[in-house]
Amino acid sequence: MDRTGHDFSTKPKLKTKLNPVGLLDPSPLKMAKSCKGLAEELVKCLSDSMCVKDEKRSIRDCAGEKSPCIPSECVGLRETYFNCKRGQPSQTDSFSPLISSADTVTVFTAGRSFIITVDHHSMATMARSFLQAISKDEAVAPPLRVVQIEGLAVLKVIKHCKEFAPTLVTGQLLGLDVGSVLEVTNCFPFPVRDDDEEIEADGANYQLEMMRCLREVNVDNNTVGWYQSTVLGSYQTVELIETFMNYQENIKRCVCIIYDPSKADLGVLALKALKLSDSFMELYRAGNFTGEKLREKNFSWMDIFEEIPIKVSNSALVSAFMTELETDTPVSQGDYDRLHSSTTPFLENNMEFLIKCMDDLSMEQQKFQYYYRNLSRQQAQQQAWLQKRRTENMARKSAGEEPLPEEDPSNPIFKPIPEPSRLESFLITNQVSNFCGQINGVAGQNFSRLYLTKALHDN
Amino acid sequence: MAAANDHTVLQFASPSPTPTATTAILTARIHPLVIFNVCDCFVRRPDSAERVIGTLLGSILPDGTVDIRNSYAVPHNESSDQVAVDIDYHHNMLASHLKVNPKEIIVGWYSTGLGVNGGSALIHDFYAREVTNPIHLTVDTGFTNGEGSIKAFVSSNLSLGDRQLAAQFQEVPVDLRMVEAERVGYDVLKATAVDKLPSDLEGMEQTMERLLALINDVYKYVDNVVEGQTSPDNNIGRFIADAVASLPKLPPQVFDNLVNDSLQDQLLLLYLSSITRTQLSLAEKLNTAAQLL
Repeated sequence: MDRTGHDFSTKPKLKTKLNPVGLLDPSPLKMAKSCKGLAEELVKCLSDSMCVKDEKRSIRDCAGEKSPCIPSECVGLRETYFNCKRGQPSQTDSFSPLISSADTVTVFTAGRSFIITVDHHSMATMARSFLQAISKDEAVAPPLRVVQIEGLAVLKVIKHCKEFAPTLVTGQLLGLDVGSVLEVTNCFPFPVRDDDEEIEADGANYQLEMMRCLREVNVDNNTVGWYQSTVLGSYQTVELIETFMNYQENIKRCVCIIYDPSKADLGVLALKALKLSDSFMELYRAGNFTGEKLREKNFSWMDIFEEIPIKVSNSALVSAFMTELETDTPVSQGDYDRLHSSTTPFLENNMEFLIKCMDDLSMEQQKFQYYYRNLSRQQAQQQAWLQKRRTENMARKSAGEEPLPEEDPSNPIFKPIPEPSRLESFLITNQVSNFCGQINGVAGQNFSRLYLTKALHDN
Repeated sequence: MAAANDHTVLQFASPSPTPTATTAILTARIHPLVIFNVCDCFVRRPDSAERVIGTLLGSILPDGTVDIRNSYAVPHNESSDQVAVDIDYHHNMLASHLKVNPKEIIVGWYSTGLGVNGGSALIHDFYAREVTNPIHLTVDTGFTNGEGSIKAFVSSNLSLGDRQLAAQFQEVPVDLRMVEAERVGYDVLKATAVDKLPSDLEGMEQTMERLLALINDVYKYVDNVVEGQTSPDNNIGRFIADAVASLPKLPPQVFDNLVNDSLQDQLLLLYLSSITRTQLSLAEKLNTAAQLL
């Protein structure tokens, strides 16, 4: 696909792809505490708990309980201790065991993803039964309607993306999944890396380290998705879809936030939250993108990605500070940017990308045409062969011999030609429509600006 | 005693420059992300802690300004006579942050709460071992005195002649650069909840309204001065004259041509994008609707 062949100066491609590499050997990873220390803390916690104090049961007895008999920190400590004994890294999340998946810690690096399966045999029955009991009540999770981001996370994303522009960067989003709202409370960036095989483990290490450290200062370290920067909105690639599928296997609901730093120069906060639609995910898992399948489901290129509205929230303290620190000018930097009338570079770049995408699209079309031509040719061949067979059979019948079968699977003209997948063309179509939308928006803004200058001049 | 010779003046010696450091620190520039971080960490602090401390990351510019760009909290324990700081955590986080952005180095540390106390001196000492002349930032999250004050301090040595008496926290002016926050939009960052991010056109509308309001204000001011109600201020008059003069002086014909040309360009772009859209929907229909047999 020549889209990948574009040189960096024109259309930088995000060189990241998340692939499950399988079980990671846990030995190179550092462990948080020694197991003996954990055992002591567990005993201390249990001896303070309601179970031992009020119900007067033995500590061993209480160790098998689940909350609310013993506080949730003890549950978390217990699990950490068991995992330590098995010599494997523990779950990253003990604040909200309902949300993260029960027994895998998935580490997503900018280049690879590692699925560290934590063995939970004896614990599984107790921990799982609790989770199962809860999950039965939430059999159908409410659909995701809104993504609520904290101002802190927004600033962090913007800062990271801007600093490294035009390189494309990614980072992890942390937060909570509550009902129909996905809250993003914090995030951390991934270091920019080249595609080196040796530093795979480094990426996983970095991530575990960050999550552990953030947990110590009470930040929700529950992964809810990732963010990435983009150039002029050209983010719909196969890698994005694959990353989504990887995340979806492990987290029930995840979202991808896309930020476009080039649009910030126009004074627009270009933040978007994306998610793959469910119907698309089923199709992708089936791996089948043929025409009939798509027609059955009435699925068009617009149904691949769903954009979710973003809400921004801030803690009261932060808003108090901001209110106090806000400068009193009625005009802000954002306004200056917006009134700037030289949008030509932006538009030019957009047009360039648009043209390239149209070229790609026409190439895809040609593939389809080729396929259809082949198909019809093959069918004509089949018909001709069938005719020949039929006449032969007639001749044989009249000669009193066995008729030959009317099908011959070994004949190459009967080999079914695989239909090319439409996924690429859908993605390209998405991108093209994105570009068109952007151009529309900017052109509209330009109209307003032009009329403004006209009015000023007349005055 | 040697002190008797120079007992005149209690000197504030500026921090002794190491071979690599250039000048003394003059001002501190703080990015809004740091404030957000500090507030967030304060809100999430463990119940036992009264205040939060953490490390400041940034860079030191050659003219002596410290540019503080990022920060992270460090768990610590504070009692009346001793302070324990989780040094491993501090180093781990620093290493992680450096992996992402190797240019942001430690420039100091922050704490919430109004003043500095004994514990702060110890912590400052610890940070002085990490970086020469660290800057100490206090962010008053308790809003004592009815305002959230953000102050920066540098440690300077109090010396009497040749003898060092004590180290003093000397205040350094703070410059809050809110440019990025402005770009994001104060409405988005100030309110406790914003229901949706403003779209391009809404932002444009807001900007226009603000511009209109500004122009109205200027009009009113000029009218008032002409009628003699407000005393004329020469500086403002000059600013207004400059602003009006900055409109380019083009003959109306040329200007109209310019505007019309730009308008036509925009229309062309709009037309092209609509055609592309139609093409897309057509192509899609053909792709999925085509059937053989």
